[in-house]
Amino acid sequence: MISVKSVSKKYGDRLVVNNVSFDIEKGKITSLIGPNGAGKSTVLSMISRLSLKDAGEILIDGKEISKTQTSELAKMLSILKQSNHINVRLTVRELVSFGRFPYSKGKLTKEDWRFVGEAIHYMDLEPIQELFLDQLSGGQQQRAYIAMTIAQDTDYILLDEPLNNLDMKHAVQIMKVLRRLTDELGKTVVIVIHDINFASCYSDYIIALKDGNLAHYGATNQIMDSKVLANLYEMDISIQDINDHKICVYYV
Amino acid sequence: MQHKLKLLILTAISLIIVSIFLFTSIGNYWEYVVPNRAIKILAIVLTGAAISVSTVVFQTITNNRILTPSIIGLDSLYMLIQTFLIFAFGATSSTVMDKNINFLICTTIMIGFAGLLYKFLFQKEGRNIYFLLLVGMVMGIFFQSFSSFMQIIIDPNDFLVIQDRMFASFNNINTDLLIVSIILLILVFLYFMRFVKYLNVISLGRDTAINLGVDFDHVVKRLLIIVAILVSISTSLVGPIMFLGLLVSNVSYQFIKTYRHSYIIVSSILISIIALVGGLLIVERVFTFSTTISVIINFIGGVYFIYLLIRERKA
Repeated sequence: MISVKSVSKKYGDRLVVNNVSFDIEKGKITSLIGPNGAGKSTVLSMISRLSLKDAGEILIDGKEISKTQTSELAKMLSILKQSNHINVRLTVRELVSFGRFPYSKGKLTKEDWRFVGEAIHYMDLEPIQELFLDQLSGGQQQRAYIAMTIAQDTDYILLDEPLNNLDMKHAVQIMKVLRRLTDELGKTVVIVIHDINFASCYSDYIIALKDGNLAHYGATNQIMDSKVLANLYEMDISIQDINDHKICVYYV
Repeated sequence: MQHKLKLLILTAISLIIVSIFLFTSIGNYWEYVVPNRAIKILAIVLTGAAISVSTVVFQTITNNRILTPSIIGLDSLYMLIQTFLIFAFGATSSTVMDKNINFLICTTIMIGFAGLLYKFLFQKEGRNIYFLLLVGMVMGIFFQSFSSFMQIIIDPNDFLVIQDRMFASFNNINTDLLIVSIILLILVFLYFMRFVKYLNVISLGRDTAINLGVDFDHVVKRLLIIVAILVSISTSLVGPIMFLGLLVSNVSYQFIKTYRHSYIIVSSILISIIALVGGLLIVERVFTFSTTISVIINFIGGVYFIYLLIRERKA
């Protein structure tokens, strides 16, 4: 379980995350939603130690992250940021093999290569594993990065807007993979996501942030409520039940 | 396998060039000429290794293939020290002419400057590397203008000595200094070996590196200190030579075509040896010392870069 306890973060004088507390259940998908500038990505960065918190505690399986070796944390949790521009020319297989770095420090064993192979297989990347990343489409690249985090074999997988710039088909593909990761492999997935309907269809819990504060926190059914969402996004959102899913209609 | 073959080819070429340099047109004084040339070769291997390693590491840290460590102002600082020593004590004083004292002064001040710069910049968490580059660049320009100022009001005879120091030179290398530098560089390299494994991951960027369990700030700080020491030693030994780094690292990336730093580093060291010994051969045998090695290498490097640009444009 990840416990976030009264965490705050300041950029200069501006408070971007203010005294936020919540727990993330193990083996579930939790979505962080909220308007632009609500502090979602900052919270995710702090949980994944990419940026330091100014106050509060973040415990992962009972261990405070600032007191845990970063090399240890790399075996517990992985983070995938939204922009993954790299200057290095890598093949898909090479990228995925980087996921084993926390275990092998660059000298991969047979065991490591087995994990790499499995991750590639899991993400259906076998036909393109020898291609270079810059030869791939956005969706294929995103899948390759996710394969890297699978090879890293951590209990917690954190993703910052994994659907950014993906078309509908690829977005659904990615979300299905994340669902499988939790259902089949027992991973805990935390995503920052903008598309409220994807959050509704695929996540178990939703954490809503607004202006750096925790606005709502609960099971997906509770948050997918027109009053809650209207309050969060400051616009009218009607919610329809379509095929057992709650779908927001907010386009007009 | 392919990478190892390429490294073997480079090793062969550098061995051939080195032996051409050592054993051709010797003349009648074999006992004098060959040891003398061997010292030059040793200095070249040393500085070539220091320059190429520091440049490759610096480019990996900054994630930018057109930067060299000279951007943090160490080259300009070297010129400032030389100018100031000549300005204050005269061209004939021991601080200028005695290579040992001069080397000691230069390395101490340069490493001290880099240390202060890093200390000042890394005190506060969250300062990024580009801020360091910016401050370094401003300091570099400051050093440069300050030395120009002194060069303008200095005695013209003294200025000739300064002008001599502006170019890298492998002539008159002091054997004692060479031994000291070799020991220092070996120590630095041994320390560097602890961090080599992180370089591949660091080249993927800060976020990915941290995700994969690299203590990014800690490692980058150590690497930057290593870079500063390497640059300081090699510059104090032969003069400003950072122009070489950009060329050598990029030729190496093009030639070896891998992300693996173990290969990139070895190949860039070999390429720098080939470039320096080759350049020296041209300077000594073709132009008979009427030009300097910096000019030769900058010329060839410039042509090569234009070729690269044209080829990239077509692709």
